[in-house]
Amino acid sequence: MLDDVAIKVRQNVGIVTVVLLFSILYVLYNLAHPKGFSSAVLVQNGNEIFALAMVAMAQTVPVLASGLDLSVGAVMTMVGCFASYLLTGAVGGTPLHLDIFGLHLALGTFPGGINGILLGIVLCLAIGTTAGFINGCIVVYGRIQPIIATLATGAVYIGIALFLRPTPGGKIDEDLNWALTNSLGDFAATVHIFDDGAAGWFAPVAWVPVPFVLLALIALLVWVPFRRSVLGRAVYAVGSAEGAAYMSGLPIDRAKIAAFTLAGFFAGCGGLFLAIQTSSGNADIPQAGAYTLNSIASVVIGGTSLLGGTGSAIGSIFGAMVLRVISFFFRIFDIAPLLQPLFEGLILLAAVSIGALGVLRVKNTLELFR
Amino acid sequence: MTSASLGLSRDDRPILISALFILVILAAGTAYTVARFGSAPLLSPTYLLQQLQIGAFLGIVAAGMMIVILIGQIDLSVPWTLAAAAMMATSIGGPFAIPVGLGIGLLVGLVNGVGVAYLRVPSMIFTLGVNAVMRGLMVAHTGGYAPQTAATDLMRTLAADRTLGIPHALFVWAAVSVLVVAMLQRTALGRYIYAIGNKEAAAYLAGVDTRRVTVICFVICGGAAALAGVLLAGYSTKAYQGMGDAYLLPAIAAVVIGGTNILGGRGCYLGTLIGVVLIVLLNSVLSIMEMPEAGRQVIYGLVIILMLLVYGRGERVVS
Repeated sequence: MLDDVAIKVRQNVGIVTVVLLFSILYVLYNLAHPKGFSSAVLVQNGNEIFALAMVAMAQTVPVLASGLDLSVGAVMTMVGCFASYLLTGAVGGTPLHLDIFGLHLALGTFPGGINGILLGIVLCLAIGTTAGFINGCIVVYGRIQPIIATLATGAVYIGIALFLRPTPGGKIDEDLNWALTNSLGDFAATVHIFDDGAAGWFAPVAWVPVPFVLLALIALLVWVPFRRSVLGRAVYAVGSAEGAAYMSGLPIDRAKIAAFTLAGFFAGCGGLFLAIQTSSGNADIPQAGAYTLNSIASVVIGGTSLLGGTGSAIGSIFGAMVLRVISFFFRIFDIAPLLQPLFEGLILLAAVSIGALGVLRVKNTLELFR
Repeated sequence: MTSASLGLSRDDRPILISALFILVILAAGTAYTVARFGSAPLLSPTYLLQQLQIGAFLGIVAAGMMIVILIGQIDLSVPWTLAAAAMMATSIGGPFAIPVGLGIGLLVGLVNGVGVAYLRVPSMIFTLGVNAVMRGLMVAHTGGYAPQTAATDLMRTLAADRTLGIPHALFVWAAVSVLVVAMLQRTALGRYIYAIGNKEAAAYLAGVDTRRVTVICFVICGGAAALAGVLLAGYSTKAYQGMGDAYLLPAIAAVVIGGTNILGGRGCYLGTLIGVVLIVLLNSVLSIMEMPEAGRQVIYGLVIILMLLVYGRGERVVS
């Protein structure tokens, strides 16, 4: 029994380390924060963490298949720009039109009210998923290296985002913004369930921030079933030995397409939330690039090998949280804002270098060249 | 099959097709300007030389990037290596400006190389971290403001002046190109680079000190980025925040469009040269057409995908 636990820990040493690291950092943060361990602080942190955590999950799936998706930030930005048109929640709907090369095309009216918002959310997620599916098809059927294929599609998606929002703007329904970026109690009060959140049994969980609930739901309802499916296992198999996976009769083409499609979906969730949180759409190219790069860092900190085949999206969520908590510390300890980028870089370098110290134990140099 | 019947090797096809595509860009751009303005500025030597002068900075960055890609790694620290070299060169000033700038680049390359070769951290993540550190150092150094320093006269002469109508930056680019070609084609180091890119374990067993070669490649890439930074500071008479941001992805794109395998081991320098010219001309034609940034990004991405669909496809995995 104890042996089983020891084996499990050894198999998942990456994720165990990052969860421990996050717990320690987060408890220290809350101890140092004047209003630590309160719902308000949790809500604020949840809102700041969510988009990066989703993009980190998005990056994990292609990385597991030993690919890399440099378009996750771009997909996130594009979906956010779409959301700023589709989730306005205007009563009576929004007229949609397309102005292109001087032509004015009316595309009918987008429904308003709660139906319109639900339809808008579904559409936004569908757009993200489609973007990921296109990536997957280019990688599999175009046989172009993932890193360069997604670099190119990322430019296209950013172009579409810029086309939609040349300047930041748009609007998100206020109730939607309020419901999703606060605690469960506020959510219930806004959508009028559980006696507006005043039901007695509901009180013990009313303080939980909605972003964390969403994060857990997406991880449990999307990632876990996927990982346990044949396709999910095939993604891991492709990552550790593509040739062997092919010879074993696994659907490697479908696995790769599924990996990129899922990445698009997760990135879409991130973009949707970012738009809801900021109540606007912004085609910010540096921000998209920063999210893509931070997603790679989160994946590595979360214990997933960039060579593919080992790791998990759950680890990446914690990797993203560790990255974010480190930046929270800057606020607490009044570190000069000018020094923050330096510390972020040094911590990232230290983290990957400590993780790499295992090479010193390798006796046969040949083992280094995988 | 068709390529074999035309007497073309696998490495020549990308070069030929990109060269043809450059002609297509020039023809399309000229047709547009003739129809709209009744002139053909794209075909005038002055205009082309001016575009190539701007392209020289990208060309030098791409030369270094190609060396690193050939050994199957990547250097994402280029943007802030370039900016750091420019900022330090302008703030030191005097006769030591250029050596200090280049020294910064070599030092960053050395750190990258040690991390990748000896600590075996994937280059994707290590150079990313080094880029963040360089950015942090420069932000702390300049206080977050645009530096108030100016380029030295020598830097300006090297980057912006002309001799016999030819910009000096082009001479520097040509010199870098000759050095790179000579190294790749004529020295043992060049052979080692291709060998490592194909199979590092095999190169190691054949007696190559693969880790030292990896360090050397990163040092070369850092030096090239620094040289581009020093020249760019000379061209724009000063260094500024984020001056390197526009050079990372175009450099990788140029190398890949030129037929170098992103996984390493295959590619020739002529291709990279043509890839740079292609990207520079594509940019200038799009700006002549007053294409908004949105359209540029879309076209940029589509061009990369199309070019690679034509000649950059990988092998199907069958065993």
